[in-house]
Amino acid sequence: MVIGAGIAGIQASLDLAERGIKVELIEKKACIGGRMAQLDKTFPTNDCSICILAPKLAECSRHPNITLRTLSEVQNVEGTAGNFTVKILTHARYVKEDACINCGLCVEKCPMRVDDEFDMHLRKRRAIFIDYVQGVPAIMSIDKEKCLWFTKSACRLCEKACEREAIDFEQEDKEIELNVASIIAAIGYDVFNPKSIVSLGYERFPNVVTSLEFERLICASGPLGGHLIRPFDKKEPKKLAFINCVGSRDIKNNPYCSSCCCMYTTKEGMIAYEHDNEIQTSIFYIDLRAGGKGFRKYIQRGNEDYAIDYVKGKVAKILQDEQKNPIVVYEDMDTFEVKELQFDLVILATSMIPSKDAVKLSEILGIKLDEFNFFKGMTYHPQKSSKEGIFLCGACREPMDIPNSVVDASGAAAKAAEIVMRV
Amino acid sequence: MTDEDIRIGVFVCHCGTNIGGVLDVPSLAEYAKTLPHVTYSADNLYTCSEVGLTEIKENIEEHKLNRVIVASCSPRTHEPLFRAICQEAGLNPYLFEMVNIRDQDSWVHMKEPEKGTYKAMDLIRMSVHKAALLEPLERIKVSVIPSAIVIGGGIAGLTATLNLGNQGFEVSLIEKENELGGLLRSLHKVYPSNEEASKLLESIDLIESHKKIKVYKSSVIEKVDGFIGNYKVSVKQSKKIIEIDAGVIIIATGAIPLSPDGYYGYNRKNIISQMDLENVLKNDQISANNVTMILCVGCRNEERKYCSNICCMTAMKNAMLILEKNSNAHITILFQDIQASGTTYESYYRKAREMGILFIKYSPEKPPVIKKGVVKVYSDLLNQEIEIPQDLVVLSTPLIANEDSDKLAKMLKVPLEENNFFLEAHVKLRPVDFATDGIFVCGSAHWPADVAESTSQANAAASRASRILWKDTLEVEGSTAEVIEELCIGCEACIRICPYKAITKDEETDTAIVNRVVCKGCGLCGASCPKKAIIIHHFTGDQIRAEILAYGGEV
Repeated sequence: MVIGAGIAGIQASLDLAERGIKVELIEKKACIGGRMAQLDKTFPTNDCSICILAPKLAECSRHPNITLRTLSEVQNVEGTAGNFTVKILTHARYVKEDACINCGLCVEKCPMRVDDEFDMHLRKRRAIFIDYVQGVPAIMSIDKEKCLWFTKSACRLCEKACEREAIDFEQEDKEIELNVASIIAAIGYDVFNPKSIVSLGYERFPNVVTSLEFERLICASGPLGGHLIRPFDKKEPKKLAFINCVGSRDIKNNPYCSSCCCMYTTKEGMIAYEHDNEIQTSIFYIDLRAGGKGFRKYIQRGNEDYAIDYVKGKVAKILQDEQKNPIVVYEDMDTFEVKELQFDLVILATSMIPSKDAVKLSEILGIKLDEFNFFKGMTYHPQKSSKEGIFLCGACREPMDIPNSVVDASGAAAKAAEIVMRV
Repeated sequence: MTDEDIRIGVFVCHCGTNIGGVLDVPSLAEYAKTLPHVTYSADNLYTCSEVGLTEIKENIEEHKLNRVIVASCSPRTHEPLFRAICQEAGLNPYLFEMVNIRDQDSWVHMKEPEKGTYKAMDLIRMSVHKAALLEPLERIKVSVIPSAIVIGGGIAGLTATLNLGNQGFEVSLIEKENELGGLLRSLHKVYPSNEEASKLLESIDLIESHKKIKVYKSSVIEKVDGFIGNYKVSVKQSKKIIEIDAGVIIIATGAIPLSPDGYYGYNRKNIISQMDLENVLKNDQISANNVTMILCVGCRNEERKYCSNICCMTAMKNAMLILEKNSNAHITILFQDIQASGTTYESYYRKAREMGILFIKYSPEKPPVIKKGVVKVYSDLLNQEIEIPQDLVVLSTPLIANEDSDKLAKMLKVPLEENNFFLEAHVKLRPVDFATDGIFVCGSAHWPADVAESTSQANAAASRASRILWKDTLEVEGSTAEVIEELCIGCEACIRICPYKAITKDEETDTAIVNRVVCKGCGLCGASCPKKAIIIHHFTGDQIRAEILAYGGEV
């Protein structure tokens, strides 16, 4: 059983399935894909993220050895390596999986307007929806919390709109029991909300956004259709500032390093430049952590070919002027003066934090957490959890980028296969 | 099949706004309808989504399509998926064609949408003319020898070997030294738990007594023949040659620390390398009070632009170990950027600072200077030159690629990157695979890696390899070259040019023969054959000519 269907969970499932081992892939959301689906491009190749992910999503849903269980959560786990009994709760979708063809007629009729989590609340979605256009499985689901029928016993417009009679308000949550030899936890990470660092002005200033919001803003399938403008006044930004280590390497928030931000802020600066060659980017950093393969060269390219200026220094605070342009106040490490620089848009590279489900799931699985609440892996065999037969991969055990998540996932799959072959 | 029986379906993809935001996709779909043999044509928001794929399948059935074209993104990422969908609908997968109207059109012509749309029309028309001439091809079935060869007995090789052995596969582990363990044997302790390096090599006993594993020490690879599922490897052990057959090969040959000869007056006495220091610590001979470590020696420079990934942590570890022996020691680490990514390593860095280790950032433009008894360095932070007393200077040099990587890469027909580390199939999604099937890489042979990274990659490589090993047979690409015996004059031009060594000569008939399992269908042989005696299936002369003529508008 693999818990979590982001890139790590998907890769682990595919490796095992191709190895001839049956996989139960459990995903809490209605669609698989995880964080990688939200990204615009990926470093250091600048491949379009969803474009390289989509074939894997399709493989996951088509592979005969993989049973995909979306809207599902692990309730209870008993047993030992080689023989775990797992209780899974699958929430009602209120849409018949075999009838829905994702035509979207229901969506048009739904009167509700709800913040779209996939687009980082930068756009509205309806109460009947699909997480994102390329989502797998390509089936609608109803957000019970927001649907008028469930909240006010009114509406049911979607039911009338559906030509395939796919809407089913009578569906109920289902509990099933599974027997598995090994478990891989791949529940990913959450994103730190920088509101708590008041001096950075997030949510107070309209032109201060987070890096994941920026991914959606610049993405061709995002709320702006890929035309980068400031959400606030529709002005095209020309001067961008990225602030690294927001909430990371910070003992008041998260003491650890989020490990991907040096690289992805460079990538975001590059993509912005590709959209508009007049854009100038400054990246404020503490250390440039570019130890991965080809990473140093990537930083150099950013600097030489994409007009990215790397500024060493911790940002003290962000102010804004009358036009709501953010002003970055920082200490210049060359001259030791406190300087102020005005930008059009400031992007905060926020920490990757443990998933909010990590603590509960660790209790259910009976595995240890580290001091930050990431799942604790063994020091020199990090895919091994504290419990035999349960393995970890991806950012649920430590912040990591996509290639490392993929390596981790295949590594966890190999360890899980050992257990399965022993049975 | 007669001309009238050809029924082509064309699916033009918007790719969200990637294509649809630039090109006029609906009119492209309309245009396709006007082309010969096109029975059905439509546009989709995302052809690769479940909806799009279902639509392809349904229309193959409904309109009895026997050729399918998708005009969308890159075949590199999406062709396998679309081919599989055609196959599921009962169509031979080689009756599928892909037109790249995104990477080669909408992305490059973002600012000239109208011209871009005309270009897409050309591309689609060309593809339709080629599609009419497509022939069904069969994928070749090959048997699989269910055993692996792992090259290199360091921590990566050991881990991969043990995992595959435990999964029940036979493994031959080849080590060039007379002992297993690799670089870890030369280390004292390893970060981040400061564990004895020897403790991590305890798996050696398990491996040497494992009934599925055979270890060949003092052995080097001499020759590699064969292909996925069926490699034949000659291993030289002292004077004898041993032949080993295997289905897959894992490269775990590691890397070597650069010797600091020529840098900062390296003298192995009071100016030593981190590797020298490991030895000093191992033998408990550390006596210095003032130790200065200089990072990035011989890297992040013009010759080696890369960051070696593991040196910051290694320096911190050795600094901590010195302090454990001598709590009065003053240790200064001169660095450019501290690499301590993630949770554990950042905590380790914090601990090092708490222990009193001094970190000073220097810039490569103003490198430190070693004088008698002091190191002079310009501190970025203090904006002035400072002098640090020293009685021992330790130089951190990068891990560099093994000198025999080049030879091994050629034998295995896999690529190296610019620093001679092995180059994987896809940096993002296939980090331990090669484009050549059946060969995998892990550990520092791929890029400087520490223990945790090496074991992770080793298990990953084992996982990828096991996907092949458990099968009795597997299918390989059918679009390969074929020699027409009657036309071949035996000139051997094709044999010389083939980068995959897929062509040999049949001595009896004096003609060339292609090993279709090894052949990648690259077409070099076909282009170089003076007698046009080689057919490149799926890219035949007729098919390509049809495309070119269709572009010229003469057809």
